[in-house]
Order: sequence, then structure tokens, then C-alpha cells
Amino acid sequence: MKTVTLNTGDLKSQEYFLNMGPQHPATHGVLRLILTMDGEIVKNIEPDLGYIHRSIEKQCEYEGYKQIIHLTDRMDYLSSHINNEAVALAIEQALEIEVPERVKVIRTIMGELTRIASHLLWWGVMGMDVGALTTFMYAFRDREMINDIMEETCGARLTMSYSTPGGVMFDLHPNFQKRVKEFIPHLRSVIPKYDELLTGNVIFQKRMKGVGVLSYEDAISHGASGPVARGSGVSCDRRIKDPYSAFKARDIKFNEILFTEGDNLARYNVRMKEMLESLNIIEQLIDNIPDDGIQAKTKALIKLPKGEFLQRVETARGDMGVYIVSDGKKNPYRVKFRSPGFSNLNALIEIGKGHLIADLVAIMSTLDFVVPDIDR
Amino acid sequence: MILTNTTNYFGDLVSFLAEKMGIGGQILAYVIVAAVYLGFFAIAGLLLVYIERRVAAFFQLRLGPNRVGPHGIFQTIADALKLLSKEIFGTNRKDNLLYTTAYYLVIIAALVSLSVIPFSIGVQAYDLNIGVFFISAVSSVGVLGILFGGWGSNNKYSLIGGMRSGLQMISYELSSGLAILTIILLAGTLQMSGIIEAQRDTWFILKGHIPAWIAFFIFVIAGTAESNRTPFDLPEGEAELGAGYHSEYSGMGFAYFFLAEFINMFIIAAVGVTLFFGGWLAPFGITDTLPWQPLWGAVWFFLKVAVFIFFMMWFRWTFPRLRIDQLLTLEWKYLLPIGLLNIVLMAVIVYYNVLISF
Repeated sequence: MKTVTLNTGDLKSQEYFLNMGPQHPATHGVLRLILTMDGEIVKNIEPDLGYIHRSIEKQCEYEGYKQIIHLTDRMDYLSSHINNEAVALAIEQALEIEVPERVKVIRTIMGELTRIASHLLWWGVMGMDVGALTTFMYAFRDREMINDIMEETCGARLTMSYSTPGGVMFDLHPNFQKRVKEFIPHLRSVIPKYDELLTGNVIFQKRMKGVGVLSYEDAISHGASGPVARGSGVSCDRRIKDPYSAFKARDIKFNEILFTEGDNLARYNVRMKEMLESLNIIEQLIDNIPDDGIQAKTKALIKLPKGEFLQRVETARGDMGVYIVSDGKKNPYRVKFRSPGFSNLNALIEIGKGHLIADLVAIMSTLDFVVPDIDR
Repeated sequence: MILTNTTNYFGDLVSFLAEKMGIGGQILAYVIVAAVYLGFFAIAGLLLVYIERRVAAFFQLRLGPNRVGPHGIFQTIADALKLLSKEIFGTNRKDNLLYTTAYYLVIIAALVSLSVIPFSIGVQAYDLNIGVFFISAVSSVGVLGILFGGWGSNNKYSLIGGMRSGLQMISYELSSGLAILTIILLAGTLQMSGIIEAQRDTWFILKGHIPAWIAFFIFVIAGTAESNRTPFDLPEGEAELGAGYHSEYSGMGFAYFFLAEFINMFIIAAVGVTLFFGGWLAPFGITDTLPWQPLWGAVWFFLKVAVFIFFMMWFRWTFPRLRIDQLLTLEWKYLLPIGLLNIVLMAVIVYYNVLISF
């Protein structure tokens, strides 16, 4: 009988490529990550973009200023109202028109509702990504209430296109205040339950703590913004740094949530606490919405003066910038959107390396990507 | 202590038909027994899928299936028919032998394990004198099926899922084995009916006080891990791996994996009930004087199993999933040493006979 000797020097472990996406449950859309793997450990991450690129910036050059707003809905569809607001603000800034205070307050309330809805959806999906499927349904139940409020006032549930240059499209629905006031205590009462279900869970804590640490310096150098940067201790809230709408017109008191750990749990906690802060903001505004009209006077065909205009707002994902170059015609010469998702994706390449594939999924979830926002 | 002269209805059937019709009758009896078990397998599997979906729905503010038949009970049958009629569709780069044997191994392991489970007094296909050992041995064959499926699919996600499954099942079998051993020290037998008979005065969960409770918790954790359910559903891990080891299966191939998972859950629950909660014995013997004893036995058995299964479903719909290194840490650093110590503790307790009994 021939004896088989095993020379362990001949055994090689080999790195392999793993295609994560474009069709993968954890990439939340058509993000494709080309992973270099060693067993289950991620060695390198290479995002491959362009699967949902719709040339929104180029399209903007062929559209009138009022029409641009409708395109921005489709970028970060979870904070569509804030995107609309950003473009509207940029145009108003260029035209130097002052919108009525009612419009400012309405826009801010709607923006904060959008932020809560976005964070709720994120929370539900976050749970799903780490294997707790129940969170999804709970989050959607509460998000539905916001969608209903939106539907009553602007007729749309997700892509609202509610802001127009100089105002908002329709006045608030008579039920608006009542339903928002119903929603605030409801969400306050369910968030502790959410904490019991997911945040306090020992498995969840172990999965989140110390995983995917994004340092303060890295957060800045990768241009991370929003809850991702605030989880690393970078103060970057545009609502405070350069206030717009009601944040400028009114004296709104709210805290910028900052955590310094920079890990998954910090980013998670930032978003959970931000929901409560958003409720505080809405509560300060909902009772005294002034009654001075919903539209400033604008021309039917808007022409921006020659020049460059920049407006930054804080969407649910972070710092969103609208940069318009105008040559005085009825459509812009160039439009550039600075999307928070794209910069946050940079952070993923940095912090995802060396983790297990299960952790990569969790990290992607706490970075909260919306792929159409990355690709535009 | 091995019980040899207990009633066994399946054994009686075989000897009765063998007497009447000779060897042909014996074969007929075997076929009947097999048909009964296959029927039970299918019904239990479909029922468990239905229950799982309903329970999940109630946890998740939904209604679950409620359209096909009263309260939607025929939904899973409709689903099974759909799966039956589906084309067997897979990758053409598979390792054909492994790919096709995989689901048979999984389902055979589940079916064979069922044969030694005592459903009621004398309702047990084989009352093997090494019943518990037989179950843990056979259920390990199921791992092979999952490994084959993961490897044979020629898909990286399937491979990761299959490998994870191998790692997980082999690790957790140690713990569940130790938990079972702890109880065997109390029972003094490996025979399923013997274990139940030894609990006639007091159930083992009470009789062996603290060590029995520790063994029970270890058994529940390891059992959940062995049946590949959340928080231990890493082989599937839908957020990470799509569908894990059964990504490349469709139609009945997928259905076999799916059914086997639920039957494995039933087996874990049945073994747990037999070892810790007196199997088909009524609590405090409250139905012992009534007629139709086998029927009452089955009622109590399925009631206990249902509670056990409900708990496993509860875990699934509330817990997040563990990571692979945490899974192994839990097993090798915590459960296994605790299990070993627990056996020593139980041995001391049995030796000095400080057991609780009513």
C-alpha cells in the first residue's frame, strides 16, 4: 500500500474575488462591491458604480429651474423633500427673494419628518442586516404614519416635489397639525420599545461595538458627513453651521448628537437620538405656523442671474450641496450635486477592510447608503 | 435498564402481518410503517411551516397566510404544490453527484431520526437500546448534505454557507451531546422509552435540579444552532449570503432543504421534551387513569413539543444573528467547559443520590 504523505508546504490558501451586488440583499439597491476575500475576511473593497446612473446633473442642464426640483427627488429618495428644499433654496438665494415665514416653517417641519422617516427605514433595515427581521415591520408601521401625513398635504408619499422656487406647491392639509401632534407622542413611546427589541440585545451590542471604527481624522479626510461623521465626533450639522429655512428664521433649540467612538454602535446611536431631536424641532414649530402665504412672487419663467450659487443642507444622510452655475439663461449652465452617500462610500473602503463579511454588511448598514444618491 | 417487554404498536403490526401472510405480510407491514412516517413527515413539515409563518406574523404586526382555506391552513399545501410543479433549475457548472445527493442526505437524516422518537406509549418505530445516541449520530449525516450542497453548487456564497454550516454543526454537536450525557447519567439508559419510564415519578428537569437546568439551557442553545435557525442561521444568513448553501436549488430541491430544517426543529424539540420534560408522560400523572392512554400520551407529547417549538420560533423572530467568530467563541469558550463541569456536577449528585423527587 502506498503511503500518502502530506507536505503542508504545498497547501496554499488563495484569495478570491467575491461579487457583492449589484443584486445582493445587503447592498440596498444596485451597489456592486468587488471584494477580495481571504476565507471570510474582506481584504479589499472596490466599489463599482454606475448601475443606476441616470445623468441627473446633465439632465438638469436641459431643464428649467422649476423642473430641476423634480429630478432631485430621485437622488436620495428617502430624503426627497430635503433635496427639493436645497434646490429651491439655491434658486431663491440666486434670485434674492425672501420667502414667507410660513413656507420656511413648513419646509423645516416636512424636512424633519422626512429625516425621521428615513431614519426609521434605516432602523428597520439595520435590524434585517444583522438578522433580526422583526424590526423591519415595526419601523414600517411608524414610517407609514409619516407617509400618510405627506400624502394628505402634497399628494405623494415618497417623491414629493413639494417645494417650488419661492414657496411650496400647496397649503397644508387641515389635518396636518393634528396628525403630526398624534405622531410625536407615538414615536416617543415606541422608541424605548425599539431599544428593548434591538439596541439592548446582547448579540446586537456585540455585533456593533468596536466594529468598523472610523477615526475623527479619517472621517474628515474622506469627506464623511451626517450621522456617519457625527458618530466619529465631527461636528458637521449644516442646520447649525449654516442655518437655512426655519433654522435661520426662528430660534430653534436642539442638540447636535455627537459620539466619539466612531464604531457601528456610535453611528447607530446618533441616528436613534437624532429621531428624538427631530421630534423636538417639530414640536417647537408645529404650534405656531404663521399665516403669511405659501408662495413668494416669482416669474413664470425663472432666469437666474449670471454667477455661481451654492446651497448646502443637512439631509438624513449628511451634507448635501447644490452648486448651480448660471449664464443667465432659462436653464443652468452646470449643476453639481454634492451627495453625502458618495463620500460616505469612501469611508467604507477605509473601514471595511479586515473585517468579516458579516461585519461588512453591518458597516454598510450603519453607513446608510441610498444607491441612487451615490450614482445620481 | 433496558425495557424489552413494552408494547410497540408498529412492532405488533409487523409480527401480526408476518404471522398471517408470511414474508409478504412482513414487507407489507414495513411499507405501511414507512408510509405512516412519510405521511407524518410531510404533514408535520407543512404544518410547522404554516405555524412558523403565523407566529412570525403575530410577532411582526402582520396577519400571515389567511386566505387559502380556514385561517389559511392550506397555504403551505398550495406552496408545496407550486414547488412540486416547478422546474428543477440550477447552475450547469455544478458538481452533479454532490449537488443531487445533498438534499437526499438532509432529508434522510431527518427521516431516520424520527424513527426512534417516542410519540406516545408504544408509538415508536424502533425502540433502540441506544436511541439518543442514534439520533445524535444520524443527525450529523445532515451536515454532510449541507456541506455537499454548498460545495456542489459551485457558488462562492453557497460554499461559504456550507463551510459555516459544517463548522457550526460539528461544534455544537459537542455541546448538545454533553447536555444529553448529563441527562443519561440521571436516566441510566440510552433507550428513549427507558428515559421516559425513569421520569415517571419526577421529570428530569426537576429531579436533577441545577445541573439539569444548565444542561437544558445548553441543549436549547445547541439545538437551535444545530437546526440552523436564528440567532444561528449563519449558513443561510440571507443578508450576507443571499440564501447560503441552498442558493442554487429550486423547486423540490429547495423544498427538501426547507422541510428538513423544520423537521430538524421538531426533532430537537422532541428530544428535548423526552430528555427533560418526561416525553409523553402527563404532568403529575393527571390523565393516567383515563382510557385511551396512547392518545393521551400523544396529546401531552405534542403539547410539550409545541411549547418548545414556540420558544424556538420566538428566538428566531427577536434575535439578531451572531457572527461566525462569536458563534465559535460561545461554543468553545463557554458552552463546552460549562457542559463538561456540569457533567461532573451531575455525576456527583447522582453518586450521592441527592435528587429531588415527588
